[in-house]
Amino acid sequence: MNYHWNWGIFGEQVKGGDETYLDWLITGLGWTLAVSLTAWVLALSIGIAVGALRTTPSRLLVALGTAWVELFRNVPLLVQMFLWFFVVPEFLPRDWSLWVKQEMPAKEFVTAALCLGFFTSARVAEQLRAGITSLPRGQRDAALALGFSLPQAYRHVILPQALRIVIPPLTSEFMNVFKNSSVAFAIGVMELTFQARQMQEDSEQGIETYLAVTLLYFICAFTANRGMAWIEARTRVPGLIAKSG
Amino acid sequence: MIEIRNVSKWYGPTQVLKGCSTQVAKGEVVVVCGPSGSGKSTLIKCVNGLEPFTEGTITVDGISVGDPKTDLPKLRARVGMVFQHFELFPHMSVRQNLALAQVRVLGRKADEADARGMSLLDRVGLRAHADKFPGQLSGGQQQRVAIARALAMDPICLLFDEPTSALDPEMIGEVLDVMVELAQEGMTMMCVTHEMGFARKVARRVVFMDHGEIVEDAPAGAFFDAPASDRARTFLARILHH
Repeated sequence: MNYHWNWGIFGEQVKGGDETYLDWLITGLGWTLAVSLTAWVLALSIGIAVGALRTTPSRLLVALGTAWVELFRNVPLLVQMFLWFFVVPEFLPRDWSLWVKQEMPAKEFVTAALCLGFFTSARVAEQLRAGITSLPRGQRDAALALGFSLPQAYRHVILPQALRIVIPPLTSEFMNVFKNSSVAFAIGVMELTFQARQMQEDSEQGIETYLAVTLLYFICAFTANRGMAWIEARTRVPGLIAKSG
Repeated sequence: MIEIRNVSKWYGPTQVLKGCSTQVAKGEVVVVCGPSGSGKSTLIKCVNGLEPFTEGTITVDGISVGDPKTDLPKLRARVGMVFQHFELFPHMSVRQNLALAQVRVLGRKADEADARGMSLLDRVGLRAHADKFPGQLSGGQQQRVAIARALAMDPICLLFDEPTSALDPEMIGEVLDVMVELAQEGMTMMCVTHEMGFARKVARRVVFMDHGEIVEDAPAGAFFDAPASDRARTFLARILHH
């Protein structure tokens, strides 16, 4: 391999600016975290609601929940990014459309976070539904027999159990959010992948650049993984068999 | 207290309840028995509206269960139910299991609910286990907690759906003891059970079901000594001789 290694590149100044390449990557990491964490909060709240709707006795609510899930999991994430960015604003009422296109602050960030949040919510919803249907039906009956309304039964009895069951798949989903956030570069969010491409072109040290970015993504996903493992350990119920590492 | 009139239920084309009528008066204990698949569990779940029924009426304390205008949660809060598989909430301690509905449904203060729960645990002999989780208790202990949980709501009547069928034989007695005590104190009870000793001891009447219909509805003594139908005789012979 005839390559000129230069690990010192991160401390060097970018061409025609007074920042270093490291500054670029740190900015990128900041946007990656911002998009991912916002999307995750959205995905969890919407995913829990939609997953729960799909297990209710109401056909209408089930149909709504199913429609949401199928809408977001049957279209590639990259295409969804473009749809939200270029297409959806055209279909808004005229005033809103103008506002979104011209005045909305941090337009790229907001679009990417919403898009990734919705996309992930469909997956969270499916996992939660699986968790809920794995509970014995008697749990719901017991809650209702005590006089709980259906929403109360979900809030106090069904969801606390279902969420514990689906922590392992949710962990993968949380890690996926960080990795999938890289797609946001396509609509111009200056996140890690975006900065990496820019640094590669500017510095011509592509290998160091992508190795560094790989490491940063790995650290994000691995931290998410450990965080979820901590939650899993904290919420473990004494006397239940389910155990994992 | 409980009035069941001509109740029928279909699951698609299959009829699982056929014109069932019976009643439980205040302070009365009625045992419902019959072979498996006879519809007895379905019938008792119709009483608090956990199972919808297709035809007929059920009233509890004068309130119609099948009426869409009835506030079912409010009615269910007054009707206790004990399940075959206990159905304690596994993610909560025994203490929390007893307090949850008192606080969330009846609006009791947390310390008041806890005190009520503890006194009922005392009564079923499990005060020492208050801070354990259901998964750490034996089946018999779990079922006694489940009875205490139902009692904590100060119910006007109790429904038992095969409360001892999932228990190991040596644990059945401890649960039946609690039930007998309740019966003797005048609690209104409708019990789906195969425990004929219990039925003989405390039941005023026995309702025998087969294939979704009530075949016999007789005073307990008469039912055991001289069952009127062949089906009841066969059933009794089968469960008493093993």
